Amino acid sequence: MNKKQINNILIWFSAIILIILIMTPGLWVVLTAFRPQVDVMAKPAVWIPRNLNLIQFETMLFGGSEGSMGRSPIPVLSYLRNSLIISFTSTFIAVLVGTIGGYGFARHNFKHKNKYFLLIMLTRTIPGISLSLPIFIIFSKIGLIDTHIGIILVFVALNIPFTIWLTDGFFRQIPRAMSEVAMTDGCTKLQAFWHIELPLSRSGIASAGIFAFLISWNEYALVSNLARSTDSKTLTVGLMDFTAQFTINWPGMCALAVFIIIPALILTFMVQKHLVTGLTFGGVKG
Amino acid sequence: MPTLIILTCVVLLPLLLSLWTSFTPFKLTKPDTLYRFVGFRNYERLIGDLDFWIAFGRTVLFLAIALNLELVFGLGIALLINKITYGQRTLRTLMMFPMMFSPILVGFQWKYIFNDNIGLMNNFLREFGVIQPIPWLVDGILANVSIMAAEIWSSTSVFAILLLAGLLGIPKDPIEAAKVDGCNSWQVFKNITLPFLMPFVFIAMTIRSLDVARAYDIVQMMTGGGPAKRTELLWTLISRTGYVDAKMGMANAMSYISIFLSIAFTFFFFYKLVEARQRLSYE
Repeated sequence: MNKKQINNILIWFSAIILIILIMTPGLWVVLTAFRPQVDVMAKPAVWIPRNLNLIQFETMLFGGSEGSMGRSPIPVLSYLRNSLIISFTSTFIAVLVGTIGGYGFARHNFKHKNKYFLLIMLTRTIPGISLSLPIFIIFSKIGLIDTHIGIILVFVALNIPFTIWLTDGFFRQIPRAMSEVAMTDGCTKLQAFWHIELPLSRSGIASAGIFAFLISWNEYALVSNLARSTDSKTLTVGLMDFTAQFTINWPGMCALAVFIIIPALILTFMVQKHLVTGLTFGGVKG
Repeated sequence: MPTLIILTCVVLLPLLLSLWTSFTPFKLTKPDTLYRFVGFRNYERLIGDLDFWIAFGRTVLFLAIALNLELVFGLGIALLINKITYGQRTLRTLMMFPMMFSPILVGFQWKYIFNDNIGLMNNFLREFGVIQPIPWLVDGILANVSIMAAEIWSSTSVFAILLLAGLLGIPKDPIEAAKVDGCNSWQVFKNITLPFLMPFVFIAMTIRSLDVARAYDIVQMMTGGGPAKRTELLWTLISRTGYVDAKMGMANAMSYISIFLSIAFTFFFFYKLVEARQRLSYE
């Protein structure tokens, strides 16, 4: 019993250190967003936060006021709008197409199945920056540079391999017998898919959706080159607006960082339950 | 299949174009140069380009070290969380924290932490009497270590979560049977847990090798490949050649080499995954 207790304490101790390591960098940024410029720059560092305020957010959303660094306001709201439109649309399309594709790969046998699967996955390996060069050339020829549609198109293509990969795995975990029983009872293949396999893999599809959304929301390499103005720049690209040649507006950047994190955070927590059950239910398969 | 159509339009066509441009001296400022074929001249120049090979070698080394460390840390974390019964879900949720950070944010956040003037790291060290600020992002070795730290922080949780899912999926019976037969915990781990976990390791590896190029965002943000090319990875070199110097032809030649690098990584792990899956189902 005593040895077990020591063991438990050790486990908890390392878990706490782990959490500190994971959380500190992010929380430090969040904290900085609320601190006055003077404290951030203070030479013997000010460790205990004081005079927390919302000046950075006001400056960001409504333009400069006293206490800000007097920069021209950055159009965060239009960046936010662009990010939302682009991420949601591309996630929706990618999940829709990806689920059908994943089901096809999991349940149907066709020639060279593994080769096709690998081919689709390989398209994802192409580094964004490498892909951005030719896409830049093509888009500038057909006028898709700096438009929502152009970026959505690219994101859908980026996300499909990933959603196929994930949903394929989840469909695979569902015992084939279940839909076969349903079909002998008179269900059509589509009905079996709709009533049995789709609900069972709901969590898988949800996690595929989260991943797709996070990928779109967080993408930088491609958008930074395809988006030129407030018409289509997303928040991640907007972050670079705060860096001038030699100076960086740290608190302002931190404020925008908080802005980028919050929607991702909310969304992930919302579907967290699906994700957890999705990841664990592989253990209860028959 | 709509999948194939979209992928063809957005991935395959651009790739063909970039393959073509890699054989031309195409510059954004001179559109005509797109139609001049120069054969393998870009590639020949790259082979003799020392800067390119240094960046290439650094990229491979960087990936090898980062991926291995991430796997080890991820496995450790997964085993640790698996041991904890009370509050496991909360811990798992907390684990996902870095995954929500966009690479560009990760870069920014670590740039802030490693800033030599107001960064958390130097402020912290100063409290312990290190007065001379350490130039984390300027010194060649330190800058690479800093970037590595950022990369590991952001990606270890992917491994941890996937491996934890694997651990939770392990059937309990063989483990208990082994314990009854007198196996110690290391033997159980080596002979039962690890083989069962292998497919998950390779899934994680494959997923990670798919987006290794995300390191571009981090590096671009933290150092931009500088100072004086000390942290230049393949991808920052490509983007500078392509967009800043506008030498699209040359940049495309480089990116083809980087594409093959990524594909090689992915192919390797996918092959391993299929192998591990088969081995598991035979037993």
